[in-house]
Amino acid sequence: MTLPRVSIQHDDFDVGRELAALRADDGAVGAVACFVGTVRERSGAAADTLLMELEHYPGMTERAIEAMIDAAHQRFDIRGARVVHRIGALAPLAQIVLVVVSSAHRGEAFAACQFLMDYLKTQAPFWKKEHRPDGSAEWVDARVADDAALARWGLHSGNAA
Amino acid sequence: MKISVRYFAALREALGAEESVQLVSGSTLGGLRDQLIATSQRHAAALRRGRLLRCALNQVLSDESAVLDDGAEVAFFPPVTGG
Repeated sequence: MTLPRVSIQHDDFDVGRELAALRADDGAVGAVACFVGTVRERSGAAADTLLMELEHYPGMTERAIEAMIDAAHQRFDIRGARVVHRIGALAPLAQIVLVVVSSAHRGEAFAACQFLMDYLKTQAPFWKKEHRPDGSAEWVDARVADDAALARWGLHSGNAA
Repeated sequence: MKISVRYFAALREALGAEESVQLVSGSTLGGLRDQLIATSQRHAAALRRGRLLRCALNQVLSDESAVLDDGAEVAFFPPVTGG
């Protein structure tokens, strides 16, 4: 069974199952790298963030990440890559995003995983809104540091600045 | 020509999820933004020049120099914050 390369979903994901699925039956794989992004407790206090709401652009988000995975295959000698991103209301500590990359050797897997995450942070249409216990809510600001992270790969971001 | 405009995140809250706009042919994405700004106070505030926005043409990130075709889907949204 071949999994889609991109899944945008409300449901949580099982990291172990995703890692196993990506390298299943591929004897050329010698390395699997993964990144999991989770909902932070603001200022370290769980009470400060009640919920993180994730919005996306159905259709475009999937296409954008597919193109990023194509770019990763062009840049790095990798066997496979998959991205899972959750949407909807997520509580602190919840998993938000998963990037998994398989390759023959670790270097390419680590690099491609970081590349995909840097790319996704600044070029995939998702928006986070933070809901607080007092009923207030605020859209999360984009970070210039994320633009700088993409610049390391020779790519212009143009997101936060 | 007719253009479909979509908004996301804070722009969606200010302007609604989508609207349909009549434009003269040959208009650019930036021209569309200018026309929308002239539509109402709400549009003027949400799409004002100087506010950092991103835009997409037919679901691909684009810039304001892009020329629009009839039936195009344009989206305006704030900087992205996923991951």
